[in-house]
Amino acid sequence: MSKPFVFEKPMGMRDTLPLLYQVKQQVRQVMEQEIKGWGYQFIQTPTLEYYDTVGEASAILDQQLFKLLDSEGKTLVLRPDMTAPIARVVSSSMKNVSYPIRLAYDSAVFRSQQREGGRPAEFEQVGVELIGDGTSSADAEVIALMVSALSKAGLDEFKVAVGHIGFLNELFLEVLGNAERAEELLRFLYEKNYVGYASHVKNLALSSIDKKRLLDLLQLRGSEEILEEAKQIAAAGGQKAVADLQELFSILEMYGVKDKVFLDFTLFSHMSYYTGIVFEGYTKELGFPLCSGGRYDQLLDEFGRSAQAIGFGIRLDYLIEALDVKEPVNPRTCIVFSPERRKEAIVKSRELREKGKSAVVQDISGVGNVDEYSGRFEEVIYYIGKPVKGEVK
Amino acid sequence: MSSLLTVAMPKGRIFQEAVELLRQADYPLPPEFEDSRKLIIELEEAGMRFILAKPMDVPTYVEHGVADVGIAGKDVMLEEERDVYEVLDLKISDCYLAVAGLPGQKENSVAPKIATKYPNVAAQYFREQGEQVEIIKLNGSIELAPLIGLADRIVDIVSTGRTLKENGLVEMEKIQGITSRMIVNPASYRMKSGVIDELVERLSKVVESKEEVL
Repeated sequence: MSKPFVFEKPMGMRDTLPLLYQVKQQVRQVMEQEIKGWGYQFIQTPTLEYYDTVGEASAILDQQLFKLLDSEGKTLVLRPDMTAPIARVVSSSMKNVSYPIRLAYDSAVFRSQQREGGRPAEFEQVGVELIGDGTSSADAEVIALMVSALSKAGLDEFKVAVGHIGFLNELFLEVLGNAERAEELLRFLYEKNYVGYASHVKNLALSSIDKKRLLDLLQLRGSEEILEEAKQIAAAGGQKAVADLQELFSILEMYGVKDKVFLDFTLFSHMSYYTGIVFEGYTKELGFPLCSGGRYDQLLDEFGRSAQAIGFGIRLDYLIEALDVKEPVNPRTCIVFSPERRKEAIVKSRELREKGKSAVVQDISGVGNVDEYSGRFEEVIYYIGKPVKGEVK
Repeated sequence: MSSLLTVAMPKGRIFQEAVELLRQADYPLPPEFEDSRKLIIELEEAGMRFILAKPMDVPTYVEHGVADVGIAGKDVMLEEERDVYEVLDLKISDCYLAVAGLPGQKENSVAPKIATKYPNVAAQYFREQGEQVEIIKLNGSIELAPLIGLADRIVDIVSTGRTLKENGLVEMEKIQGITSRMIVNPASYRMKSGVIDELVERLSKVVESKEEVL
């Protein structure tokens, strides 16, 4: 195998250059501010976790995990999401803190890209977890906060689709009779294969009423009004899900974010992870959901401290792509000096920094092309030659 | 980017039938549409922009969201496994995936070799059959492989069976039926649900009416 060229990086790994860094910083700060405003506390967890704990519990598919071995031969993973690590923390270091717990994070997560480039394998996620509260109020709070964080970041045009896993599970179980057959059908939804779903349903030995219920499910998308229709389709055990969604919408209205949210009962993004509502956010000109989340009432069990929980994660990279931020204003001043006036230059730079400005102090003999160099700065001050008073060019 | 709906069309075999279908659904595609060599064709009056891609690439454009919807064969969907919605069976370009080979050919018993344009589909199929084979990926004229001794059998799509016959090959097993599908990008499906739902509705009417005639 040939050695990689020096410019090469593993697939999906990206550099953040100064301009993008500033944009990220700006967006990140605004969102952090908003999330803190809602009383969530930020935490950090390690980059490496055990495969057998966090790796297994995570919602991310096994083939997307970066795995490595530690010196004892145990398998480690680069954390693929933040929800599983937070579940671990809540059940261990924070096990004496009573529920509910509101935590937030802003961390890089790692997901290996199998097929091709075009998507990052490491990206930053900003998100929250509300652990130990199973109410619709908690559901609504998390969605409202997500909408609010996106709006504060400057995103105008976006929509959040909300589905309900409990609704789907109850319906499929009632109509199909057992979990195995239900899973077969759910897999079509998971694979987004509506054609396969419809033809599978048509071939099932079911009453025409039940077939119609299953087929009508594919059309259950739209505003709050479709909840009436959902009631007709829902299983006896699924009526609670519909009622919960009804309540969710009335709370979202109080938060003033109802117009951003619509229902999509076909939303089914993971075979077994989520338990209640699930949601994904989309924006114009972006082919992927830029945020997602849902209720995961079983995850905490795997870490030995059960709790109902819900959270969201926003992808900072997609958000910035969607925001299309103009150059951020972060002007820098360059103070170019010759050695005999070094002290003046340093005094000046201190003065500027105290005013909150960014100042570079540059020895003229350290630069090749002064004009080209100083051209990169918004403002240039020279201290060159014999000391004279008030030398600003 | 404009508010046009971007539709990824497969060049080649399926293209003509897909264009007909859109016309029958009252989308005003001009007569010169199929003669153009342009890769991007904008049709303001239909509210659509068409991109002409290699059939195997259609799901890629749709998955990445540079096309909102696309028309792709089920063979391509099975091979590529892209994260897109498969919303409608257009029932055009009917064919099937099959295993074929030379009649009476003795197989290499150490490692039977299979030539195909669909390495993932073929690998999956033989795995399910509990058969250990080695896959050789080719890009076209798959029938050549067993004739010249590159592979023992092939996995390919069969429509009339003429190519197989003319080259002295026989079909051995049918894997699955293939038709073309309308596929949709998950984000577009929500952000442009109005236009996309209408497109699905109009196309499914055409598909259904054809079914009745048959």
